[in-house]
Amino acid sequence: MGNLSQEEAIEGLKKLLIHNDKDEQILGGFQSFKTNKFDMYPALFRELAERQNPKFLVFACCDSRVSPSSILDFQPGEAFTFRNIAGLVPPFNKMRYSGVGAAIEYAVVTLNVENILVIGHSSCGGIERLMSHPEDGSTANDFIDDWVQIGLPAKAKVKAEFGHLPLDEKIRECEKEAVNLSLTNLQTYPYVRERMARKALALRGGYYDFVEGCFKVWEVKTIITTPIHS
Amino acid sequence: MSTNSPHFLSIQRLETLPFSVSPMAVPSPPFSLSKHSPSNPPSFLASNPSLDPSKAPVLRPRNAFGSEANLGRVEQTRLRLWNNLKTNSDLRLQASRELPGLTKELESDKSERMERIEHGTDLFDEMKQRFLSFKKHKYMQNLELYEKLAKDQAPKFMVIACADSRVCPSSILGFQPGEAFVVRNVANMVPPYENGPSETNAGLEFAVNSLKVENILVIGHSRCGGIRALMSMHDDVETSSLIGSWVSVGMNARVRTKAATKLLNFDQQCKHCEKESVNCSLVNLLTYPWVEEKVRNGELAIHGGYYDFVDCAFEKWTLDYKESNPIGKSGKVAVKDRAFWF
Repeated sequence: MGNLSQEEAIEGLKKLLIHNDKDEQILGGFQSFKTNKFDMYPALFRELAERQNPKFLVFACCDSRVSPSSILDFQPGEAFTFRNIAGLVPPFNKMRYSGVGAAIEYAVVTLNVENILVIGHSSCGGIERLMSHPEDGSTANDFIDDWVQIGLPAKAKVKAEFGHLPLDEKIRECEKEAVNLSLTNLQTYPYVRERMARKALALRGGYYDFVEGCFKVWEVKTIITTPIHS
Repeated sequence: MSTNSPHFLSIQRLETLPFSVSPMAVPSPPFSLSKHSPSNPPSFLASNPSLDPSKAPVLRPRNAFGSEANLGRVEQTRLRLWNNLKTNSDLRLQASRELPGLTKELESDKSERMERIEHGTDLFDEMKQRFLSFKKHKYMQNLELYEKLAKDQAPKFMVIACADSRVCPSSILGFQPGEAFVVRNVANMVPPYENGPSETNAGLEFAVNSLKVENILVIGHSRCGGIRALMSMHDDVETSSLIGSWVSVGMNARVRTKAATKLLNFDQQCKHCEKESVNCSLVNLLTYPWVEEKVRNGELAIHGGYYDFVDCAFEKWTLDYKESNPIGKSGKVAVKDRAFWF
């Protein structure tokens, strides 16, 4: 009997191509994407293949639980997404932080995004590291510490305002304060500042609490007062 | 600077949009998500005559993927939705403070309300709808999983992918919450150990040493702007832009590509470089002593991937680590377990 059904043929080929269960997982995910999305919307994906025109630049944590596509259901083409430890945005520094700078430059200048959204989250390992790391220099810094120390101003603010709280609650406050710090740091990038001034770019912060199951979002508001005469 | 110059003041305001629902609570009536269909607006809009649904852009709460085929059209509308929304033309307008379940009228006059709807609020509203949809269709359906994840994460994968809006690893490879620790940067590059600290190797360190992931997957993709920038750079000119500074991490990939693809056109060369750059990153991963040690001990596997969104195909390969000769003289990488899915 030489005739295999299509399903059998595919199963047979799969056995040749899949070397382990990790492969199987990724293949399954890719097939599902192809069947349920790519093949369902050919016109959209043809357009996307030519160019992307996302309205968002999103900063989020690498944490496996907080993919922005998952929780905010960003579809292909909607959000240029940079993910790093704790979703931090460092201040403008060409030498030291070219990775983040490149992403902001590309998204803002080349892609002309209209919104930047910075998302923090609960139980963030990076923020916990920041809050727990002693500042007296007693422990050596590794790459993680070097990165999360971008958040030191947020840590200082939280210690000043919430010094009376236990550590885990201070960490929670810092998770939100770090978002505000990133929003402030974003404004040190000249092209961000320039576009905000002409109202072509909005900055928003978000906080995903997967323990409580809620999402908060807020925005940066800019006011230009009338001239103050002497 | 004259004394008459305007003062530029920047304030951050926390306006919490009230879509917090505790895991155990049943969603309150105003959301009535089960009643939603393409023809019925959400009930909280209907109960608020001050918000004229006909003026607002179409913000139908959508159903999750995998539901009936006749929702395909709604999906298509919604997939384009962000691009149709008017966003922040005037940042001075406030986000809506409206609370769910309250039928109080907005206090200001109708025209101001219309402006608010068309500008900031529709963006927040759409975000709210999407989060609530995630909440209803994913979070609440898998409460046990999410309660477990709330305590800890134990992903088996670390994925390094491009920030490109078209290549989210959760979307294209179906990673569920808890499965993959994802670093995304411009052109999915991994700088070598000797370059010093960066956000990418901070993530690498956390994933490998703290989370103890078993696999690292670096995914490149077609039509990558970062790789194109790398290939377009002038040979001797100092990189002035931040993009240039960052992508020059992939300089080896560019050199090898130019040597191997002399007869190809620029687009084809870029495609070659996109894959070459993935291999360059795989080699750079091995420059981290704690990564190499785990690979040597068989605790960690390193893979490369390439997503072609023109033809919708995915290639993957695994680094074949040989202790005697981890990296060939030419910098080429030995690979095994190649797969090509389309």
